Parts: sequence; C-alpha cells; structure tokens
Amino acid sequence: MSTATEAMPDYPRPFKAFWQGFAANRGALAALLLFALIATAALLAPWLSPYDPIEQFRDHMLTAPAWAAGGSRQFLLGTDELGRDMLSRLLHGGRVSLGIGLASVLLSLLPGVMLGLLAAFHQQWLSPAIMRVMDILLALPGLLLAICVITILGPGLVNTVIAIAIGALPGYTRLTRAAALAEIGKDYVTASRIAGAGSLRLMFITVLPNCMAPLIVNASLSFSTAILETAGLGFLGLGVQAPLPEWGTMLSAARDYIERAPWVITLPGLTILASVLAINLMGDGLRDALDPKLKKIS
Amino acid sequence: MALLKIKNLRVEFGSFPAVDGIDLTLEAGELLGIVGESGSGKSVAMLAVMGLIEAPGKVSADLLEFQGMDLLRLTPKQRRQLVGRDIAMVFQDAQTSLNPSYTVGYQIEESLRAHLGLRGAAARQRMLELLDLVEIPDAASRASAYPHQLSGGMNQRVMIAMAIACSPKLLIADEPTTALDVTIQAQIMDLLLRLQREQGMGLVMITHDLAVVAEMAQRVAVMYAGQVVETGAVPGLFDAPRHPYTEALLAAIPEHSRGARRLRALPGIVPGAQDRPSGCLLAPRCAYAQAQCLSSRPAVSDGVRCFFPLAPGSAHD
Repeated sequence: MSTATEAMPDYPRPFKAFWQGFAANRGALAALLLFALIATAALLAPWLSPYDPIEQFRDHMLTAPAWAAGGSRQFLLGTDELGRDMLSRLLHGGRVSLGIGLASVLLSLLPGVMLGLLAAFHQQWLSPAIMRVMDILLALPGLLLAICVITILGPGLVNTVIAIAIGALPGYTRLTRAAALAEIGKDYVTASRIAGAGSLRLMFITVLPNCMAPLIVNASLSFSTAILETAGLGFLGLGVQAPLPEWGTMLSAARDYIERAPWVITLPGLTILASVLAINLMGDGLRDALDPKLKKIS
Repeated sequence: MALLKIKNLRVEFGSFPAVDGIDLTLEAGELLGIVGESGSGKSVAMLAVMGLIEAPGKVSADLLEFQGMDLLRLTPKQRRQLVGRDIAMVFQDAQTSLNPSYTVGYQIEESLRAHLGLRGAAARQRMLELLDLVEIPDAASRASAYPHQLSGGMNQRVMIAMAIACSPKLLIADEPTTALDVTIQAQIMDLLLRLQREQGMGLVMITHDLAVVAEMAQRVAVMYAGQVVETGAVPGLFDAPRHPYTEALLAAIPEHSRGARRLRALPGIVPGAQDRPSGCLLAPRCAYAQAQCLSSRPAVSDGVRCFFPLAPGSAHD
C-alpha cells in the first residue's frame, strides 16, 4: 500500500494526450483556427452580412471590391453580375456549403459504420453481400456517381447531400470493416464474450470505440471532399439551384465575367480553397494525434 | 458431484480435429493442470467448454456438463448468463485482453453491472475491493487508468480481478504468466492460488510450465495433438511418467540436462492437418514406437493412451 509520501500515479486524460499530439503539429493548429473562423462566420452569417444575399442592387452591377479601382465602401468585396453583395453571398454560401459537407458526412458515416460492423461480425454471407455492393459503388468515379444519383433524384439541396453521401459510403464501410476485423481477433473481444456480452454490445461498445481513430480522420477528410463535390455539382448546374448562394454555384455563374470582373470568380474560389485546405491540414493533425502508428514515443 | 465433466469432446475445423476426443473431470475447488506443447489443443478445448468456438469450427461431445447442466443444450442467452458469472477465464496476454478504450475500473464494473446488477456507488465499492484483493496498490487512482498506462503484471492483476468479480465456480487460466517476467510470474501464480483457495474455485491451469504444475496442481492432464495422453495425480505423474510423451516433456526441462552439452529435446513438431499419422499420434516422434504404434491408435487405459506404457521406474533421466 502506498504511503503519503509516495507520489500518487497521475494518468493523463485521453483528451489531454490527444490535444498534445494535435497541437504539436503547428500547421494543423493554424488550420483549426482558420476553420473555426470560417465556421463561425458561416454560423453568424445573418448577423455579419451587410445585405440580404439575394437582394439585387441594379445600379451597382459588377462593382469592384473596395480596394480596387472603381470600388466603393458600400460593397466591401464588390457585387456580382446581378448586383448582389459578394460578402453577404460568401457568408451565406458558407452555411450552405459547410452544411452540405456536415450533413453528407453524417449521412455516410452512420450507415457506413453500421454496414462495416455488420460485415465484420457476419462473415458468412452478409459480409460478401455488403462488400460487393460497396465494390460496385467504388468502381464508379465519385463525381460521376453523384451525377447519376442527381439525374435520378433531380437537382436540389437535399439531393446533393444524398448524392455525395452515397459516394462516400464505401470508404466508411471498408474502413470500419477492416478496423473491426483487426480488433475482433484480439483477446479483449473474446474476454468480453466470455463475460457474456451480446452481439450488439460487442459491436458498438466493445469494438467500435477502438475503430474510431481512422474513422475520425476519414470523416474530416471527406468533409473537404464533400465541399469540393458540392462546388463541382454546383458548377455543373446540378447542385444547389439559384438563387441560393453556394460557393460552387457562384463560381459557375461568374464564369462569363472572368475577364471583366475577376473578383466575382476569384473570391468564391479562394474561399473554397481556404476551407478545403484548412480541413485537410486539420485532418493531418488528427491523424498525427490519433494514429498509434504515427505516435511519437515519449 | 463433479464441477465440470467432459466426455469425448471433439472440436473440428474442416477435417482437422483440433481437439480429438478428450475426457476430463474437475471437482469443485480442485486445481487441474493441463500441459502440452503449442498446438496440442489445450486452449481450443477450453474455449469449446465456454461455447466460444465459431463457425467453421464444430464442437461435439458425448457429455459436456457444468454443475450437472448440459452446456451443449443451453440457449445462447442462458449460456451468456452462465459464462462470465460462473465460469471465467484469464488470458495469456493481459495487454491485449483489456479493452484499450475504457479505464480498467470501468471494465471491472461492467461485469458487476451485467451479472450482479450492482449500480453506481455499490459497483464502485466492489470494484475497489476487487482491486485490493488482487493486490493493486492505490486502487482508487489506478481504477481510472487505461490499460496502456499500466504494466503487464498490473494488467494481469486487473484481468484476474475481472475474472473473479462474480465469484465464479470455475476459473480457466490460459497460460496466465507466459507474457510476464519471472518475478511477476511467481507473484501472479501465488495470487491465483490464494484466490482459488479462499474462494474455493475450481481452477484449470493451462500452461507450458511443468514446474508450476508440479508445485500447485492436484491433478494434471498431459495433452498431445488434441488428445489427453496421460492423466494422473501430482506428484505421482511427475515421479513416474507412464506415457513416453510425458517422459519426453519432463526430460526437456533444462534442469534435467544439467552438465550435458545439449538440452534433451523431443524431435519434430505436433502433427498438423496434413501430416496426421494414421497410427498413434506420437509414433513418428516416439523413441519406443513399434510396428503396432504405426498402424493403429491406442485407446486410453488406466489413464494412459499408449500400447506400451512405461513401467514405473523404467523412465531414465
């Protein structure tokens, strides 16, 4: 038994250990700040934006940003071809783009994890059935698959989410299955079985928490893919429909003015670039912090 | 009444019998040692008792009884209630047999909640008692540690605490000390023995370590290639082995080769699926094999599975 003088063992909490790993990656830390900024701006768009994003100022079509020649203080980032304030549209567009990203990640993560766990725990016939369907989905390029789905369901906000989620589903399923299979072979799962755990408990409480690291990383990375795909679909005119502001749709509409008013196409492009870059760097940091194979031995 | 009765237990993977008709009985509070080389089916036999052999493995037995209950005829639900409460198991490598995602305290409380219905403060109280029982100092603070923050010996103690949490009638220890260093091995063995005596558990000790069995077990079963080749009381079996395999195992203990240039080893390996002999399974490796051994398999008679059991005293070290 310990005496009063003996130091009490002090075990670092998991979150603290995770944060130390994450913060060691400076790029990831900066990315987290940038992403937080973008997300906050999107969240607070109705209060931050100076105008209604679909209000048209017919007297100020294609006004240059405030710092450029011909710009005015009235429209900080200029206006687009219909005289709508760019800043307001970018802020509101963030809600749509990030919202679609988040929704499609959730919509592919949850079923993907379920299917992956089912496949891992039912080797006999469920696993081949699920995995072959996933292989078929994987055989099609992501954007093509999304276009197929949209062709069937019709364009629109919700359908865009569904299309992107279906494209991301096989990744989660395979990742979960692979991680779960590696864990199932370990003694603690047998031990849990010996303790009398049922199959649902084994799946969700015993095994799933140990598969979370690759899933979290994949979720963060596919969040950025989803934003890109939303932009791509919007650019093709298949995604979010006008007049709803969305970064990809804005990009597509501004195509015709690329020489006359470069800011109309540059600004949404830069916004997409910044948010995708931030998310990817963050994903890198998450992997550094969560993947035991990359963990520094301290 | 015997605690555990096994008659002609077979576990087959495809056409390969990993366990080939073993008979064992264990009285309440008895300590049975099972020894044998790697691949002789010791662990598989015990997993079969617990009903943990998954397809494609097939389990069959003439009799598989625990406290008079037919284990083969339990519904999965009944089995889950029984296993874990009345039968528990300790594994070889505690580092991998604890779930890395939860604190050790939580994992011990989990089975208290599931099998004894303890909740909240009562569960925590009992969990701390258990940690004290397995001699973990500073139980209160160690309960909130994760398995990777504890040493191997400490984890094995936690494993034992989990196993005895519901006061099982039968504890199966599958090479509980193989992954530990020698000083910790002795401590863990002492701990298991003390708990077995205090709680009156039946203990099946699967091990490679003959010295451990010689010291602690009341009876020992020697397994080879899925069969029990010799059973007997300790120390009788060690003083006068009657099966050539037992003799060879004993001869392979380094102490018996003191002064010799080489250790005395049994040549060859345990036969696998492809090279299973049609005669006695040991025949290709046996120093005493005769024509009959190569053509037909011996049955168990008088605790030995051999046509020509060694006469007491004839064994030569």
